[in-house]
Amino acid sequence: METGRGDEVKLIGMWASPFVLRVKVALNLKGVHYESLEEDLPFGKSQLLLDSNPVHKKVPVLLHNGKPICESLIILEYIDEVWASAGAPAILPSDPYDRATARFWAAYVDEKIFASMKGALITESDEKRKALVESTLVGLGSMEEALDRRSKGGKFFGGESIGFLDLALGSLVGWLRVMGKACGMNFLDPDRTPRLAGWAESFCEADPIKDVLPDTDKLVEFRKTLQAAMEAASAAAAAAATPATPSTS
Amino acid sequence: MAGSEVVLLDFWASPFGMRARIALAEKGVEYEYREENLADKTEFLLRMNPVHKKIPVLVHKGRPVCESLIIVEYVDEAWKKPPLLPADPYDRATARFWANFVDAKVYDCGSRLWKLKGEALEATKKEFIDILKLLEGALGDKHFFGGDHFGFVDVSFIPFASWFLVYESHGNFKVEEVCPKLGAWVKRCRERESVSKSLPDPHKVLEFVNVVLKKKYGIE
Repeated sequence: METGRGDEVKLIGMWASPFVLRVKVALNLKGVHYESLEEDLPFGKSQLLLDSNPVHKKVPVLLHNGKPICESLIILEYIDEVWASAGAPAILPSDPYDRATARFWAAYVDEKIFASMKGALITESDEKRKALVESTLVGLGSMEEALDRRSKGGKFFGGESIGFLDLALGSLVGWLRVMGKACGMNFLDPDRTPRLAGWAESFCEADPIKDVLPDTDKLVEFRKTLQAAMEAASAAAAAAATPATPSTS
Repeated sequence: MAGSEVVLLDFWASPFGMRARIALAEKGVEYEYREENLADKTEFLLRMNPVHKKIPVLVHKGRPVCESLIIVEYVDEAWKKPPLLPADPYDRATARFWANFVDAKVYDCGSRLWKLKGEALEATKKEFIDILKLLEGALGDKHFFGGDHFGFVDVSFIPFASWFLVYESHGNFKVEEVCPKLGAWVKRCRERESVSKSLPDPHKVLEFVNVVLKKKYGIE
């Protein structure tokens, strides 16, 4: 196995987080044994998390022999560099231009697709949701084109094996399904984005993913928990902001 | 210059463009600099960066690389010496973390700062100084963010020094007073030719903000 003797790998995460999922799959790809430390989000953050990621206080955090690495895409690059060997497939390609392309699209996934998707799931405004759904679809359309334009063959953005961009986008598939149920549509519709639809299926069925991929129904339930928590938080904030009024009861 | 192997599409006041200029200069790469009029973007820019339509874009042998930090990493990988990212994977992850932090926090907060007045300005100024203090903490007593050697985080952050006068004059503070280690680091970086040649005069940037940008955003 790739983990050397005395190598201690822990992952501070949360089962529903797509960013944590990226790291889990990457570690699985490399055959790295790790201990999963589950945070009770959104209800609280452990002292370990706060100490390991004082700047952002977010998951995932990879702890390698006690040293923290933060930010999912940065963790992926770290994993690729530390556990680089003939046995484990490379997550990033070796050619500088191909690496720049993978990084570009991974950043796009986060800035365009994830941001729109999250906004659409959170917003209470129908008009805003419509715009954000549209924005998500535009983003996915660009990914379909990117998949189409690859010079190499293979089921994945990375070619025959799962790569950086597959991890970046693939981790969102579960939440895209949640959003699909909420909006009554299929975000990975084979009629609209045939290559992407096929890719998503290949990704979710692949060995390193299938055991760690969260169940869509559980994500739907979790979304309700998140919404309730957010409503409670804004009610509390509103109550704190309003001047005290005489009781009417 | 016809058929340049390396072309940089840029805008003189852009801190993101400056990152690319500094990286190329550090590596001693000859390139053609092309100034874009952001109010009237060239067809070439729109073709090279159809997704974001933004500068900087590095065009190397006809192929575009977009997004400034991605450009800097590309330059570091395509031209190996001197290395901008450290060799050790943990140090590399740390460097990428702080460069991303600069991206996420400095430009956004700074951009809001010069557009505000009164209480909102004071709150944003505090936010900005907190961001600077975090970066100063990461620098510590080192010569550069990269340690003894000028590196990735230094390239990512030093361009904003050309915008400090904008933030300082609006917020009524001085970076070197609230963060003296950062002030010293700025001076050290400016001694490097790659930096001094790539950064515009802060007074020109201030004039640009006061005369051009404020009008564009409808600010008095």
